[in-house]
Amino acid sequence: MNLEVFLQTLVQGLLIGGLYALIGLGMTLIMGVMKIINLAHGELMMIAMYIAYWMFVLFHVDPYMSVFIATPLLFGLGVALQKFLINPVLKVDSILPENQVILTVGIGMVLSNLATIFFKSDYRSTPVSYATDAWYLSDYWKTSPIELSLSVPWTVSFIFAVVITIVLWFFLSKTDTGKSIRATAQDQDAALLMGVNVKLMRVVTFGIGSGLVGAAGCLFIPIYYLYPALGGQFTLIAFVITILGGLGSTVGAILGGLILGIFESMTSTYLGMGWAPVGRFVIFVACLIFLPGGVASLLRKRKLGR
Amino acid sequence: MRKFAPLITLAFFAVLPFAGFSTYIMHILILVIMWTTIGIAWNLLGGYCGQVSFGHAAYFGVGAYTAGILYSKLNLSPWWGIPISIVIVTLFAFILGFIVLRLRGPFFALATLASGEVMRISSENLVDITGGSLGIMLQERTWVEKTWYYYIILMIAVAAFFVVKKLMESKIGYYFVAIREDQDAAESLGINTTLYKTVALCLSGALTGVAGAFYTNYMGYIDPHVVFGLHDISIITIMIVMVGGVATYWGPFVGAVIMVLLAEIIRSIPGLGTAYQTLFGILLIVIIIFLPNGIVGDSRKLARLVGIKGASQ
Repeated sequence: MNLEVFLQTLVQGLLIGGLYALIGLGMTLIMGVMKIINLAHGELMMIAMYIAYWMFVLFHVDPYMSVFIATPLLFGLGVALQKFLINPVLKVDSILPENQVILTVGIGMVLSNLATIFFKSDYRSTPVSYATDAWYLSDYWKTSPIELSLSVPWTVSFIFAVVITIVLWFFLSKTDTGKSIRATAQDQDAALLMGVNVKLMRVVTFGIGSGLVGAAGCLFIPIYYLYPALGGQFTLIAFVITILGGLGSTVGAILGGLILGIFESMTSTYLGMGWAPVGRFVIFVACLIFLPGGVASLLRKRKLGR
Repeated sequence: MRKFAPLITLAFFAVLPFAGFSTYIMHILILVIMWTTIGIAWNLLGGYCGQVSFGHAAYFGVGAYTAGILYSKLNLSPWWGIPISIVIVTLFAFILGFIVLRLRGPFFALATLASGEVMRISSENLVDITGGSLGIMLQERTWVEKTWYYYIILMIAVAAFFVVKKLMESKIGYYFVAIREDQDAAESLGINTTLYKTVALCLSGALTGVAGAFYTNYMGYIDPHVVFGLHDISIITIMIVMVGGVATYWGPFVGAVIMVLLAEIIRSIPGLGTAYQTLFGILLIVIIIFLPNGIVGDSRKLARLVGIKGASQ
């Protein structure tokens, strides 16, 4: 059935879109506050995935429980990177303003290469017991005209991603620290004058961004395989989402992640697996040309988002 | 004396093959000069015009594949790739520039990075034209000796050097620097920024493409992962210019010497070979923190640093 394939593709896209949104959220927060692109984003995720993998293999910790271990660790790593590497560069005078971006490339290279050295470039997957389980629509609705399936790990990961996103939203809009972060993103100088510790907020934001992508890494572990060079591809995904959603917009990043997930799922179903990454860039370029402000600019026009 | 420095260096390199080096040393020299050419090309766009490109692999790869496809599909000599790639890559850069040059700063960087990746994935998937991941292999190499290859790439590098030098000493060069320093101010002074950025991109792309076409002829084998490689081509190109010196004539050469030698030394030490990216990454971080304008650009600072170290010892 064509409709069946279409709906299944849509569901699959939605599920992966939720995880993409989590990756994009970390990137967009960092970009909003620091005005730099973190090209080591995917590598940070790869580190989190290795943490979750080893936790599972050595201590039999479920990958979903590793979220609570990897996220604080990645937060610490992000804080350290920002404090000792990126902050010093912000002060240095140079001809090219893109130095910080190139610096994050260097950090990414080191991280992915270190992973290759320590863990070899083998493809690994985590043999969780529920990896191939699925829920079928016909089990619950006997007379259903179409058949749809929901993979258990995909769905659980998606729910986790939604919960984390809601927690983040509460943090950003209800707590003082969250409000300070948003103020810093809007106008650094004004925030400084209002008594916000901008320097601290930068460090905290980089930490939160890394923590978010770390959580996303743990959620990807049950459904994806793992290898050291995987980071680059997720960095690309993260920035496509960020552009698609609109810079520094959290609502935009969530929508961007969902759109990208669905679009990618559609290209791989209807054009072939190999073309899915190209579809990613087509949507990226189309967005840059036709909708440079991203989804956020549409929302702003309708006064839905901030 | 300074005025004749390029000519003296040229004379030195012209007689270098007569020293009777082994093929291995000649190979290293050819690589150094090839990377110098790519570095010069990147420096024109990134260093002088301020448009930091993360996707020079796209131009390198299109140049390389021009030569490769001429050979594999049209049965022409791959050497035709060098003149033809100038046309093809310029056109390609012009079309790409239409999209990416609308963007600024980090966005430009990301869009160019994406362009390199798109080219890699496309060439992997367009199996009928490019041969997919199998790549293209030249059945016979033109020369077994490396001397001729050396002179050809030397000629290309010298041409690139003088084109960029003449351009930067002309009015257009000042326009480029004005665009780098402040694009809006440049535009308000009546500089057609889009036009000059396109000129810089096309020229930079064409020079890189020629180096790519040479690479096909020299190596005799290309595949998408090598010629469109993000880390192997695009990032190394940036590193060469960053290490050598952004917006300096000699920076790309110094950077290429250091990077190629470093890569060879690291690879020759057993057990360290797999770690070369880590060492490159650390080198990049150290350079950005301590010598943000590269070895040539910050030569005074470097001398002072070394001097202080020497005094304390």
